[in-house]
Amino acid sequence: MSRRVAAQIDDIEYLSILDETGKVDKDLEPDIPEDILLNMYQAMLFGRRFDERMLKLQRQGRIGTFAPIKGQEAAQIGSAFHLRKTDWLIPSFREAAAQIWRGATPQDIWLFAAGYNEGVNIPEGAHDLPLCVPVGTQLLHAAGIAYGIKYRKEDGIAMCFHGDGATSEGDFHEGVNFAAVYGLPVVFICQNNHWAISLPLSKQTRSETIAQKAVAYGIPGIQVDGNDILAVWAATKEAVERARTELCPTLIECVTYRMEVHTTADDPTRYREEDEVAPWRKRDPIDRFETYLKKKGLLDDKAIKDLNDAYQEQLLKAWDDTEKRIHELDSADPLSIFDDLYEESPPHLEEQKAYFKNRLQKEAHNG
Amino acid sequence: MAELNMIQAVNLAMREALADDESVVILGQDVGVDGGIFRATIDLIEEFGEERVIDTPLAESGIIGMSVGMAVNGLKPVAEMQFSGFAYQAFHQIENHVARFRWRTSGRFTMPIVIRMPYGAGVRALEHHSESREAYWAHTPGLKVVIPSGPRKARALLAASIKDPDPVIFYEPKALYRSFKEEVPDEPETLVIGKAEVVRAGEDITMIAYGAMLPRTMEAAERLEKDGVKAEVIDLMTVSPLDEETIITSVKKTGRVLVVHEAARSFGPGAEICARINDKALFYLEAPVNRVAGYDIHPPYFAREHHYLPSVARIVDEARETLSI
Repeated sequence: MSRRVAAQIDDIEYLSILDETGKVDKDLEPDIPEDILLNMYQAMLFGRRFDERMLKLQRQGRIGTFAPIKGQEAAQIGSAFHLRKTDWLIPSFREAAAQIWRGATPQDIWLFAAGYNEGVNIPEGAHDLPLCVPVGTQLLHAAGIAYGIKYRKEDGIAMCFHGDGATSEGDFHEGVNFAAVYGLPVVFICQNNHWAISLPLSKQTRSETIAQKAVAYGIPGIQVDGNDILAVWAATKEAVERARTELCPTLIECVTYRMEVHTTADDPTRYREEDEVAPWRKRDPIDRFETYLKKKGLLDDKAIKDLNDAYQEQLLKAWDDTEKRIHELDSADPLSIFDDLYEESPPHLEEQKAYFKNRLQKEAHNG
Repeated sequence: MAELNMIQAVNLAMREALADDESVVILGQDVGVDGGIFRATIDLIEEFGEERVIDTPLAESGIIGMSVGMAVNGLKPVAEMQFSGFAYQAFHQIENHVARFRWRTSGRFTMPIVIRMPYGAGVRALEHHSESREAYWAHTPGLKVVIPSGPRKARALLAASIKDPDPVIFYEPKALYRSFKEEVPDEPETLVIGKAEVVRAGEDITMIAYGAMLPRTMEAAERLEKDGVKAEVIDLMTVSPLDEETIITSVKKTGRVLVVHEAARSFGPGAEICARINDKALFYLEAPVNRVAGYDIHPPYFAREHHYLPSVARIVDEARETLSI
């Protein structure tokens, strides 16, 4: 009989490479090719402009509720950038920048937000799941996908996004535990943006970090400055390699901040003070990356302006396309609401569809 | 008398319950500081404190599981599920425990829990925010399912639900939260759970509805009146246990029945109502019991959700079908 140390828990690391002033830690600075640095910057900038435009569209009543990503671009791009086409992206509902980087179009995202099922348009062969509204449920889907990868000995990984709120759901525990128990190639990216609607992180968990929750499942966990693209990139690179070569999951906590509303149906003035938000404005992930790239001679004000102009134009055109599509869909008959329930539609459903068709004609006739 | 919308009426019922009974607690996501995402619990934390108006971590199963323990130990939890579409993450706690504790412990531990959840389509919401799945809960023995159709009834039914010794799923038609106001008496008011109300008298056809479909059904009845049809309308208010007496009495009078609900048709409450009428009043029927219901599909994303919801025109047409006119 004894009373002794039963387990030695490693310290939880925090990684920060590029600070909010744009100063870089030379010892930690990853060696990233210049074209990739620029690509990442462009993806972040496009994500920001896209998000701003989407907010305007929502405020104008052209689309419905959505969850803005502002401030979380580095956490999404620094991680998703490591994915190959054959890898899987399993998002929650606040990852538009990562989804666009993977190939989702603004047109489709907006069509979905305007209330059309056709906006969920995943091309054949794409390894991307649609956004997932029930919080935390997608972690287990990531484990299942990764089980398939391992079973068929494919060279792929699954990257699963979730937020700090999700860590309170039972499915978070189950998802990370299953991935750990079966030794699955999953990278869990927690975008800790400090808020789950009105609930601050301090009321979500007593844990000092979310990263340390990994310890309980026997997998590596690391906390990174989620507004530092270099730190997110470096930590994810390690995690992705570990998943690919060692079939070991990792939990990466990206410490970031929800600069905007939870969704456009939310009013944060009810529960958080501007004083809390203000310091995070100075920690903007795009600003500091610009400073870094400028210092490296890869970017100047003119190039930034040109990119912004090009993106604004691209987004204007994207909304035009979306409106055209909406018009087309509104002109078509809506019988598609009966589609995709089953491989083979059962008789009672066909009967209801015929009834619905009949009603459409009747109501059109009655004006 | 105050003019209140349904969300204010729900808030009033909770405020009264908190003031009236120290064992009542409110718990759920964003119910405290934020006042609830629909503002159902607004100002309650200021008035009653965070020990009684409890902001929980993001975990539906946690909220209901905690409620079970609270109820076992003498509290009366009023839990909020943010949308009925997220209540399934608490399904196992509700089915395995909330609905069974009284039975499993031979009455030693009871579950005076109210689980409030907004349901239904028509508010341009995201996926999982528009379903009407009351049949899940009504199918579970041990649960009561209450669905108000207006502010005054919402207040009185919620008050009754909180006082009820058994668990109540309080399904709130969010399309009606702010759609109209009603006078709500200043003094406390309750309604009897398990009792329906004839809200419009008539002798030609019985139209049975509840929740967000009640106003539409009333409108359909008004339209039918213009053609000389006198429709009787029953507001069910409690879907389970069903008030058979009110239904059967009306059916015996009219001989024709139309049930209206936005829940999917198959295995929906309309099917059960039809079966009860067959049991108790088959030979009074002059036409088969008819149903206007949601189709057996998931509510489409909001651009097309109006196609899913039973319209007034459809209710009128189906009533005419039943009346053979």
